[in-house]
Amino acid sequence: MYEGVVQNLIDELGMLPGVGPKSAQRIAFHLLAADPADVKRLAHVLLEVKAKVRFCQVCGNVAAEEQCRICRDARRDPHVICVVEESKDVVAIEKTREFRGRYHVLGGAISPIDGIGPDDLRVRELMTRLADGVVTELILATDPNLEGEATATYLARLVKPMGLKVTRLASGLPVGGDLEYADEVTLGRAFEGRRLLDV
Amino acid sequence: MHVAHLSLTDFRSYASAEVALEPGVTAFVGPNGQGKTNLVEAVGYVASHSSHRVAGDAPLVRQGAARAIVRALIVRDDRRALIELEINPGRANRARLNRAPIARPRDTLGLLRSVLFAPEDLALVKGDPAERRRFLDDLLVARAPRFAGVRADYDRVLKQRGALLRTAAAARRGGPPGRRRAEAEAAFSAAGAGDVLSTLEVWDAHLAAHGAELLAARLELVEALRPLVAGAYAALAPSSAAADLVYRSTLSTGGPPDGDADRDGDGVPGAHGLSTGLGKSVDRAVLAELLRARLLEVRQAELERSVTLVGPHRDDLLLSLGDMPARGYASHGESWSFALALKLAAFELLRADDGDPVLILDDVFAELDSHRRRRLAEIVAPAEQVLITAAVAEDVPAELTGAWFDVAEGGVARVR
Ligand SMILES: Nc1ncnc2c1ncn2[C@@H]1O[C@H](COP(=O)(O)OP(=O)(O)O)[C@@H](O)[C@H]1O
Ligand SMILES: [Mg+2]
Ligand SMILES: [Zn+2]
Repeated sequence: MYEGVVQNLIDELGMLPGVGPKSAQRIAFHLLAADPADVKRLAHVLLEVKAKVRFCQVCGNVAAEEQCRICRDARRDPHVICVVEESKDVVAIEKTREFRGRYHVLGGAISPIDGIGPDDLRVRELMTRLADGVVTELILATDPNLEGEATATYLARLVKPMGLKVTRLASGLPVGGDLEYADEVTLGRAFEGRRLLDV
Repeated sequence: MHVAHLSLTDFRSYASAEVALEPGVTAFVGPNGQGKTNLVEAVGYVASHSSHRVAGDAPLVRQGAARAIVRALIVRDDRRALIELEINPGRANRARLNRAPIARPRDTLGLLRSVLFAPEDLALVKGDPAERRRFLDDLLVARAPRFAGVRADYDRVLKQRGALLRTAAAARRGGPPGRRRAEAEAAFSAAGAGDVLSTLEVWDAHLAAHGAELLAARLELVEALRPLVAGAYAALAPSSAAADLVYRSTLSTGGPPDGDADRDGDGVPGAHGLSTGLGKSVDRAVLAELLRARLLEVRQAELERSVTLVGPHRDDLLLSLGDMPARGYASHGESWSFALALKLAAFELLRADDGDPVLILDDVFAELDSHRRRRLAEIVAPAEQVLITAAVAEDVPAELTGAWFDVAEGGVARVR
């Protein structure tokens, strides 16, 4: 244990995803030794990102304004919504240039172990978006792991009465993994070959 | 296949050890507690990614060390594969194949196949159902490594479903005070209890799908094992009653009343019928449907107890000698013969699939009478590679001559 603020810093860093106690300590001492101007810049962007970046009111993607760039873009097809877990998945799918519709970012996947149920995700917002009948296809692009599959099944059942076309990305994605780790070609192909989900 | 070289760093009692091995029989001999089992345990670990002695990985790392490394050079026909496993208790293990990192250690399963006989095997006959399930699942993975994924997925579904059942139970009871209560209530807030039930249905579907895959594979495996176990048992204990196996599924106990036959003739049994008797090709989709139906039947009890009550994680493999169950009835000698017969059957099956697996006999001859000892030695002697440990030279049967290592005071020295 270190004294006061140093330990506080280590503790805070240690709460970041992917940062264990050892790395937290390394980063903390790096910051202690760094040029004050550099640290100030880091502190500034941290605050700025919190102050300025918001989540799109429509789709939940990170946005600089009330709506994200994609939701504001009138050329995007309003009839298709691709449901993903995180904003980073939007970035991954955009890179493939295969998809011209809109997104819906859930903010995670159903995982009882982590205490995450449908109510902790942006499911209700999705249902609201679907209510007016404009959307005709829902692409479920949650991660190809157990929790992602369970979330996709849950959503497919939920929207079943609405009579939408519900599809899931084709297999070929690395099973058990994260969407963001799939390379562009594989992900693009998975989009093209998406299959109807029957629940 | 055979192991041509074994190299250990901070594994069990060994800070480091280098052991060059050959095809044929190799005996490791030395007083108890000197590290003989530790050596063969390492070979078994490379094959199965688990120890035959302990459930977790922590005891495998040398006292005071942070991680252990096991390297094995595997030769099969003329191909060589160097597998390196870094064992990190509490964190993800890492693996390298021919010096290149492998994304998931489990992708190295199947490169080394082995069958390990040890005094612990007696628990296959005398122990809990979990021992027998593990035997079946380990063998499934050894035959087709993709089952490591099926098993892991099934375990994860069980965990998720268990967590959901607990949340539901906590919410029904009004929940324990504090944070947990708040969480439980949150889960019920908007859509009410119906929300938990609808997610439960999703997990039911996944449990059924993964469970059916595991179940179908086990049923097929048991069917393949039956004649081999009966044959091996008869060879070890010629005067005893015949050995047989029946897979008992939680699908077939209870169930709809008086439904113990395939009444609708669709090839699917009702209650009690789901044993190896029905057989050969059990359809996964049909099993998944049965599992889902059973889950609905037991839902109330599951909500009360917060555990998943049906599925392959609660199944058993019933062993019998003649009309009697082996467990509780078989003598010590018969139990030993049965345990050996199960392992020998596993050996036969793996051999028929894909050539000889490496045979490991950890301290077993000392446990056997002279007849069983001789029979076992005769059966294993022709295998491509046999690794034996024994406390004294007399415990190595004469049929099994070959290389000889003395193991003492933390060292392994070849003497013959
Ligand atoms: N994690 C560990 N760190 C250090 N020593 C260990 C560890 N695990 C087991 N040992 C030691 O290994 C010895 C047992 O070795 P083992 O191979 O089982 O003996 P045997 O030769 O009888 O088969 C014991 O002395 C035990 O203290
Ligand atoms: Mg031993
Ligand atoms: Zn948006």
